[in-house]
Amino acid sequence: MIESFKIGDVEFKNRILVASGTFGYGDEVPDLVDISKLGGVVTKSLSMKPRDGNPNPRITETASGMLNSIGLANIGVQKYISDKLPVLKKYDTKIVANIAASSVDEYCKVLELLDAQQRVHGFEINVSCPNVKEGGLSFGTDVKLVSLITKELRQRTRKPLIIKLTPNVTHISEFARACEAEGADAVSLINTVIGMAVNIHKRTPKIATTTGGLSGPAIKPIALAKVYETVNAVKIPVIGIGGIVSWEDAVEFFIVGASMVQIGTANFINPATGITVAEGVKKYCENNGFDDVGRLVRTLQTNKTISIVDSWL
Amino acid sequence: MKQEIVPIHSLEFLSKEILELTFISEYLASTAKPGQFINIRVGDNFPLLRRPFSIFNVDENRVSIVFNVIGTGTKVLARKQKGETIDVLGPCGNDFLSFVDDSFDTAVFVAGGIGVAPFRFLTKKLYNNKQIVTFLGGRHKEQIIASGLQNIKIATDDGSQGFKGTVLDLIKDDFSKNMYKRPRFFLCGPTRMMKAVSEFATGIGADCCASMECDMACGIGLCQGCNIEMNGGDKKYRLVCKEGTIFETKNLKF
Ligand SMILES: Cc1cc2nc3c(=O)[nH]c(=O)nc-3n(C[C@H](O)[C@H](O)[C@H](O)COP(=O)(O)OP(=O)(O)OC[C@H]3O[C@@H](n4cnc5c(N)ncnc54)[C@H](O)[C@@H]3O)c2cc1C
Ligand SMILES: Cc1cc2nc3c(=O)[nH]c(=O)nc-3n(C[C@H](O)[C@H](O)[C@H](O)COP(=O)(O)O)c2cc1C
Ligand code: FES
Repeated sequence: MIESFKIGDVEFKNRILVASGTFGYGDEVPDLVDISKLGGVVTKSLSMKPRDGNPNPRITETASGMLNSIGLANIGVQKYISDKLPVLKKYDTKIVANIAASSVDEYCKVLELLDAQQRVHGFEINVSCPNVKEGGLSFGTDVKLVSLITKELRQRTRKPLIIKLTPNVTHISEFARACEAEGADAVSLINTVIGMAVNIHKRTPKIATTTGGLSGPAIKPIALAKVYETVNAVKIPVIGIGGIVSWEDAVEFFIVGASMVQIGTANFINPATGITVAEGVKKYCENNGFDDVGRLVRTLQTNKTISIVDSWL
Repeated sequence: MKQEIVPIHSLEFLSKEILELTFISEYLASTAKPGQFINIRVGDNFPLLRRPFSIFNVDENRVSIVFNVIGTGTKVLARKQKGETIDVLGPCGNDFLSFVDDSFDTAVFVAGGIGVAPFRFLTKKLYNNKQIVTFLGGRHKEQIIASGLQNIKIATDDGSQGFKGTVLDLIKDDFSKNMYKRPRFFLCGPTRMMKAVSEFATGIGADCCASMECDMACGIGLCQGCNIEMNGGDKKYRLVCKEGTIFETKNLKF
């Protein structure tokens, strides 16, 4: 059974990664998870300077999901390199550094620092960050800015460059096309969906920032539809993220066309979810006569006469 | 720290409102310390996130928690039966024993409502070494769980048991009448109560530590969801689940 998958020159031992912001820096849970069994670990978003993040409350549970407004709290790229990377050396898995920034220049600087590190195998770019220059509007909702970021970063690294897209746009495939055109190796989607919850006793928002990012099983159907839209628009690999808690969920993403998947919120419930998903996917492929998990990708049987554009909801 | 599926040993009412759930875990029974918590997967899919509970008691290979039925998670827990299993992850967080040293002689425990949870286990570990006085506060008598505690003083809002008034009023009254040798405060309960009591403790020059509560997604340092604001120092926030739950109150910005 072939489980591995290559993006650029980097071979991941399987197609299951843990998602940014849901697994710390990779060194938090050594006694609960054998990290070496994961295809890779995507780090918490790293910025140039350490960030304190937003005030409490930052999280609240909602129907089959949760809202968060962590505010990209992180230790900063320098501390990551000096304190975290050395510890990760002992694990046999791939490290994908996720980068967040408030200017194009900051994205470039953080990437350059990390590109020099042998232990960083690739990059995932979180474009769902406020662009300080444009009054805090998210980079990820402006296709020109996503193009520009991809172009600038592509010039600065030969390692796999993955752009992580936000679902909070009308046509996510437009953004994926822009990334492909500027040389991205892959796109990953979806980041969290903007959401809100209200405490009716106090008549206040349940999280300090009023709105936040929805994740977990509640967003899986949204994520599947966005992956479906994107795989029909680009040739580069699409990494599916959103609401995966079981191997069955992951298989859905592969069938729809994701080449890899990431596990997010499920890590909070079972930190070893990634491993059980990898084992389950492998078994499913064996039972269904696939000798490579890749053969499962994009095997969706659809009614060809109704296309996504023509169908009325 | 481990994730285990453990058998339920019993589920009993300790008062009309508070339940004790006991399960069997050699691992937790031998590793858990007073003040630590476990994170329970209450149902298979609902609610989604685990719920944190303080360790109430450890007896041979049995470990228990106490809870009020207040919402989705505790409603599901209250329907569990002997022989069923639950998924527990722990022990999590720091513990009260790491705040115990030679700098004090009297351990003053102050609990609000279900915040009494860690003190029975702490009493077991401390009663040979320290003088203990325990102040319990609750809305009414069904919220008072006094078993396994020492030198107990009770306050209820409605006066249905003990002193009528807040636990802080009771402490003030008591401290005006009694002399405690070199006290140190240990708090667990609603944040407002803990803030008020910590101000009192500071006022009399006593050290004070508190187990802080906070909504948690993971309980193990992965999500950064459980931040608490610090009063100066190198970091603006710390994580309640990992760097706490117990903090010196002088370091907190309440
Ligand atoms: C470290 C730690 C230790 C804890 N130990 C215990 C314990 O030993 N025993 C125990 O019963 N609980 C304990 N809790 C609280 C517990 O984790 C749950 O939050 C609580 O039992 C309610 O869960 P639920 O799913 O039933 O309620 P939910 O459905 O999550 O909440 C229902 C409603 O109750 C409110 N609510 C939630 N939690 C509380 C609370 N603690 N006090 C007042 N209102 C609340 C919510 O805002 C909501 O409006 C602890 C929490 C922490 C962080
Ligand atoms: C608490 C929390 C923190 C997150 N932090 C980040 C982050 O720092 N950078 C990022 O790109 N995505 C972040 N995400 C988004 C996840 O990586 C993922 O895209 C999203 O949660 C959807 O997947 P899920 O439903 O499996 O959680 C975060 C999600 C959560 C729940
Ligand atoms: S609850 Fe997730 S970091 Fe504390």
